[in-house]
Amino acid sequence: MSNQAITLHYDIDAVDFSAAGEASSGVKRTLNQLGVNPAVVKRIAIAMYEAEINAIIHAGGGAADVEITPERVEVKISDNGPGIPDLEKAMTAGWSTASETVRELGFGAGMGLPNMKRYTDDMKVESKVGEGTVVTLIVNINS
Amino acid sequence: MKINDILEECKLKLITGNGDREIKGFYACDLLSWAISHANEGDLWITVMNNINILAVASLVDVACIVIPEDIEIPSVLIEKAEEREVTLLSTPMQAAELIIKAHELSKNLS
Ligand SMILES: Nc1ncnc2c1ncn2[C@@H]1O[C@H](COP(=O)(O)OP(=O)(O)O)[C@@H](O)[C@H]1O
Ligand SMILES: [Mg+2]
Repeated sequence: MSNQAITLHYDIDAVDFSAAGEASSGVKRTLNQLGVNPAVVKRIAIAMYEAEINAIIHAGGGAADVEITPERVEVKISDNGPGIPDLEKAMTAGWSTASETVRELGFGAGMGLPNMKRYTDDMKVESKVGEGTVVTLIVNINS
Repeated sequence: MKINDILEECKLKLITGNGDREIKGFYACDLLSWAISHANEGDLWITVMNNINILAVASLVDVACIVIPEDIEIPSVLIEKAEEREVTLLSTPMQAAELIIKAHELSKNLS
């Protein structure tokens, strides 16, 4: 891998769910092509998928910005949704405000944010009620 | 053990893809956030979910295939997208536990 950073941008569309996972699948493909350790790729893909899904089901869509360097992958998922009023509660496994419709699709287990934490080396959630949410996920490539 | 090795006995019908891939394990769960963090690469994943979101989970985890049990209807949009994303999709009249027990028996005869 060259020393230059690779940056990727994806729009996360919430019109239907058919695109859910497209950004994370794209990043996974890129990392595989770069020859990154599959276990590391899996961690990034899972964490990013969860953040992507959240932007769709809780915030009406958003965007993903990814920076890949030889040392680490940083994923920023941002949205202009309703924000998270109680972050501590939101981080609790099993806690979810997902609608019945969303649950019927297999989401809303309240595992998203806990999964992101579990699979990353560093995670930051910045959220303002009425303004939106930015989730930053960092995974070290040589960890 | 390959998907092809259990097709007949597990009453599996190939909807998309082929049966050439090796099955490394079995996994059954319908909550996608749970499945994505607990299923393993190469698993035969059984889920009653029949919406397209299972495809993203399947390709991110890189499971061997998805099996939709109990003759649950498979919408045509799921078939289309599975083909597009090269996910192997199968259906069976069996229940999840039934299929896993049967496949386990077959694997013993194979080795
Ligand atoms: N991007 C977001 N915008 C608004 N609320 C969010 C966002 N992400 C998470 N939340 C809130 O945090 C809760 C927990 O999120 P998560 O752990 O991913 O579980 P789930 O998505 O299954 O509900 C959600 O139910 C929602 O209330
Ligand atoms: Mg979630």
